[in-house]
Amino acid sequence: METRLLAIRAGVLSKNDELAATLRERFDANGVLALNFVSSPGTGKTAWLEATLRALVQRGQRVAALVGDLETDNDARRLARSGAAVRQILTHGNCHLEAEWVRNHISAAGWNIAELDYFFIENVGNLVCPASYDLGEQLRVVLLASTEGEDKPLKYPVIFNSADVAIITKWISPPL
Amino acid sequence: MHELSIAMQLVDVAARAAEDAGAERVSVVRLRLGALSGVVRDALEFSFAIVAADTALAGAQLQIEELPLVIYCVPCARKATLVGISSFRCPSCNTPSGDIRQGRELEIVGLEIMGAGVAQQQPLHP
Repeated sequence: METRLLAIRAGVLSKNDELAATLRERFDANGVLALNFVSSPGTGKTAWLEATLRALVQRGQRVAALVGDLETDNDARRLARSGAAVRQILTHGNCHLEAEWVRNHISAAGWNIAELDYFFIENVGNLVCPASYDLGEQLRVVLLASTEGEDKPLKYPVIFNSADVAIITKWISPPL
Repeated sequence: MHELSIAMQLVDVAARAAEDAGAERVSVVRLRLGALSGVVRDALEFSFAIVAADTALAGAQLQIEELPLVIYCVPCARKATLVGISSFRCPSCNTPSGDIRQGRELEIVGLEIMGAGVAQQQPLHP
């Protein structure tokens, strides 16, 4: 058997990245703002989204949201109260979402991207793994609750560094 | 812990490239891993060995080149290599920079492949 060196240059996540790029092109082409919300569990992604979706729906905007969790459709039911189109992604143990699941769930839900104004993704509550996966969003939003420890950006630099927007959802007032 | 999922995609990409080149087996996979890739080396190596079993990459060695974070510092007008990933300040002038020039890599750069006839174009041991 002969041996040789095969020089290649291939991103390990190239399949995910290509799917994400295709999704982003579809969002761009249809004037849809797509946002990927990431935080640790309990920071307030669902509460933030519920209020945001409700406000957008009340203004007549066309909104859809995918929400990822390991188990339960509790969050999808909460978000659906806003009146937006919502679909739960159950990962059954997976710690992040991938572009392929986003594409598949958009199509399984029967959503037409051309008929949306906003598209939200609530990622699995986790500050580590979602950092590696582009979901086709135009903006990645990371939420931070200083009550969980104000040094989260120092402890989880990869996700904070890759985010376009950071929102502080809770904080402790200094003693007067 | 998403390294198992990363390892599956790594094996998938490498196996396909090897097959396209007419290889029967892959003995070495060379990977560049940036400090900001979000991947833990030990967990990836552990996952790789499990995922590679029963594929053309079974028993292959994973050679990882770790790349430190490199930023571009505007005041100094040059690139600077940083220690760790928790500070994005230039080590010379302490100015923060968001212009990352290296550190996000998670890419395969080469394979050592084995098979009848694979050495025709580019012999590894001439």
